[in-house]
Amino acid sequence: MTATSEHSQAAYVATQAADARINVELQTGDMTLNIGPQHPATHGTLRIAAQLDGELVIRAEPIMGYMHRGYEKLAEVRTYPQVTTLINRIDWLGSFANEVPFILAAERLMEVEAPPRAQWIRTILFELSRIANVSLFLGDMGVQLGALTPVFFAFRDRERVLNQIESLTGGRFHPNFDRIGGLKDDIPRGWIQETRDVMVKMREFCDEMEDLLVGNQIFGARCRGVGVIPREVALGYGMSGANLRASGVDWDLRRDANPGLAWDQIDWKVWTHPDGDSFARYWVRLQETREATHMVEKLLDGLPSGPVMAKVPRIIKVPEGEAYVSTENPLGEMGYYIVSKGDLGPFRVKIRTPSFNNISIVPWVCKGVYVPDVITILASLYFILGDIDR
Amino acid sequence: MIGLVYWQETAIKLAVILGVIPVTSLILVYLFLFKMMAFMQSRLGPMITGPHGTLQLIAEAIKFLQKEDIHPDNADKHVFALAPIVVLMSTFLLYVILPAGPDLIVEDLDVGIFYALAVSSLSALGVLMAGWASANKYALLGGLRAAGQLIAYELPLVLATMGVIIQAETMSLQGIVHAQANFSIFGLDSGMPFIFTQIVGFAIFMIAAQAELTQTPFDMPVAETELVGGFHIEYTGFRFLLFFMAEFGTAFAFAAIASVLFLGGWSLPFVDPNENWLNFVGPGVMLFKILILAAIIFWVRFTVPRLREDQLQKFAWKVLIPVSLVNIAVTGLIKVAV
Amino acid sequence: MSEETASGETAVEEAASAVDDARDAAVAAITEALGDGVVETHVDPGQDVWIRVANASWQDAAAAAKAAGYNYFSYVSAIDWMIAPEGRYEDTEFDDPIEESENTTKLPEGSGVAGGDTRFQVLARVESPTQHIGITFKADLADDMTIGTWSDIFPGADWHEREAWEMYGVTFAGHPGLRKIYLPGDFEGNPLRKDFPLLARTVKPWPGVVDIEEIPEQLEAQLEAEVMAAFEAENPSPEGSA
Repeated sequence: MTATSEHSQAAYVATQAADARINVELQTGDMTLNIGPQHPATHGTLRIAAQLDGELVIRAEPIMGYMHRGYEKLAEVRTYPQVTTLINRIDWLGSFANEVPFILAAERLMEVEAPPRAQWIRTILFELSRIANVSLFLGDMGVQLGALTPVFFAFRDRERVLNQIESLTGGRFHPNFDRIGGLKDDIPRGWIQETRDVMVKMREFCDEMEDLLVGNQIFGARCRGVGVIPREVALGYGMSGANLRASGVDWDLRRDANPGLAWDQIDWKVWTHPDGDSFARYWVRLQETREATHMVEKLLDGLPSGPVMAKVPRIIKVPEGEAYVSTENPLGEMGYYIVSKGDLGPFRVKIRTPSFNNISIVPWVCKGVYVPDVITILASLYFILGDIDR
Repeated sequence: MIGLVYWQETAIKLAVILGVIPVTSLILVYLFLFKMMAFMQSRLGPMITGPHGTLQLIAEAIKFLQKEDIHPDNADKHVFALAPIVVLMSTFLLYVILPAGPDLIVEDLDVGIFYALAVSSLSALGVLMAGWASANKYALLGGLRAAGQLIAYELPLVLATMGVIIQAETMSLQGIVHAQANFSIFGLDSGMPFIFTQIVGFAIFMIAAQAELTQTPFDMPVAETELVGGFHIEYTGFRFLLFFMAEFGTAFAFAAIASVLFLGGWSLPFVDPNENWLNFVGPGVMLFKILILAAIIFWVRFTVPRLREDQLQKFAWKVLIPVSLVNIAVTGLIKVAV
Repeated sequence: MSEETASGETAVEEAASAVDDARDAAVAAITEALGDGVVETHVDPGQDVWIRVANASWQDAAAAAKAAGYNYFSYVSAIDWMIAPEGRYEDTEFDDPIEESENTTKLPEGSGVAGGDTRFQVLARVESPTQHIGITFKADLADDMTIGTWSDIFPGADWHEREAWEMYGVTFAGHPGLRKIYLPGDFEGNPLRKDFPLLARTVKPWPGVVDIEEIPEQLEAQLEAEVMAAFEAENPSPEGSA
């Protein structure tokens, strides 16, 4: 995979350079194309102001803020348990995963530790959110490239995961299930077996996506060598998650900075890809989804017994201090920098969302590509608008 | 034939075409866009309106007709209004030479296939008009893409038919059907379609037709996720309905041309093509073949992603055209040798 | 937060102290590179590192961190240490901002971890993808609210600095284009400053905090015992026990 891709990368860069030279020689007027705020490829209200020369993108500048909800300000006037309702809505496809780092940061400040069973269930829900989130990407990438069918399969199979999340938490999209010191409830009867069945179904879905898209020649032609992001650039822009691992950085916060969930107690693999192109990003996410289904099964195997809630005061006051906790969310590194003044609510919450950094690379990577490539790159970077604008 | 005066005959033919186009579009849309696509995507498709949603299209058509006729302020109004008619016109003209039985043809032109390919490329003009007149950058990009694509794929389309023309020694579509009805291969007596000898030409024709129809994987001119509909982005209501009908009408017409060229049209194997009852059975045979080919077209459409514009051009000029030239040369050599 | 209260288990403690050496080494590397630029450092064993640098050394800190292998850029942001004049817009005994409002510009004692002398601070975080630890940098902002940009060293800092600029009014000298990123172009004010009123709260008070009433201590203990007893009665051996 490496050898061919290096060659194809070099060829791609050479083609782009040649095109750019020709365009300098035959200078024509540029056209500014607004991709968005309402555009199917931005799935939300992101706007890309692209300067075009024919179909060649000279400059692309994302413009956001159409959905800015000011969560950092709102968090300052809420109590800690109330904040989770807000942050559920940051990355709305994998919302449980948003709650976890915030709760963990608050727990670190309070020096509370959730009971083991709560930690394991948290980890299970976290991975279920990842599957629910990334499986939609796996189908959506197809639709962005013109293949209509995968996204319907994604919606169909993702529904099963959402059902499991719903039967455990009561909420399909915004569970708001995580509490400081544990979880709201224990798992219901029969849930474990149902979840196992769903995991088998999700693996079938991953195989289906592999057949439909990864093995497709046109998909390869559209994705390989498009939007190549080298390792150093990715790190400098703060890209995280699968985007970073697709650039060959072997770094997963679940393994390397376990903030107190059950990931270090099961056996699993971090997937990386050396190419850094759109195909690599798709491939890494596909493998991660499959890995996540195995992880959920292993977590269900080893689920310890015991309470799901530690003893915490009824009125949660977090002692004075600062803590930054980040976890490997479906989209990448999501972290909360909480400053507490010993109050009912946080004094300041800095929400570090993955999509904000992941999209900040767009002006760099969308230089000298064609308009369809912009769509490929945007789709493969995979952002959730709420995660950019928060 | 029954003795009719010229104007009566013309009126009947016109009425038939005017009736046939919407009906064929409806059949294709219902069968493939609604039901086959839904089946492939594990959905049901429309189920409420009529049995299994069969009347959904009537509702859709009424919806389109009810909508306000909007055109953008900066649009070139006359060109904007004319564009869908030009596109639909090219579809109409295609139906003139489609045979459905020994005597069932509007006009059996001697240059039939040549005429068909010529009028089908008229739609490029309409698309370009729509793209330009909409005063929309997406529409402009879509229109230009369409123009480039339709011109690039016109060539393999023409070249792919050459093999059939050489083999049939005529350009008339009726002539080609008769040639196949009398064609024998593999020791089988007669009625063998040209697909057995022209399989390469058939493949090229279907690929190029896919591009002519701007169906995925060659749907860059409309490309919903890039150009949000491309050249027809500004069209709504009745005018959009015209584009829509033209799209599916042309798909039907191309499937019909392919079935005439490669599958023997309305003729059946081992049956004398001059039998009168073929005038009644012929349309059914033809429809069956068309639906099979249309199913292939739409199956591909719902399955694969779309190519990029430069990849599309490369594919046309570097693969399809050389292969079709080789195909012509080989067919010609064999024709001369045998 | 402090060493005594780190987790009691020996295994965890060992792991913590092992990472702790790495974090001390990180501090040492940055201190060596910056010299006097480092004002104060704070290490949470096994958890995190804070390094406060002088305003003038802000850019050098980024370069030093990158050179020391901390080449993953996480974020740049700012913080306003003023007590909000309106508090949480609630008149509860847990959050009573009225006393502070006489002198709103008074700073609370000690501006958080690693200290601080000014109302505004910028903070930024870099991480090392190989050592798996991160450093949070802080720097004080004088009244001119100016500090050097990180966008030359970490291109990803570009947008974060634009955000900090519009939210706090921090000017990053040398930034290629400080434009509004989230807010409309004609928006006035810096919304995340503590003295920027949250109008929605002013118009309609949020009842959220009010409904939490303080429970007398003995009652709380009793309630908790009841809850735990009920819990244990319900779940003698929860499903899926290992």
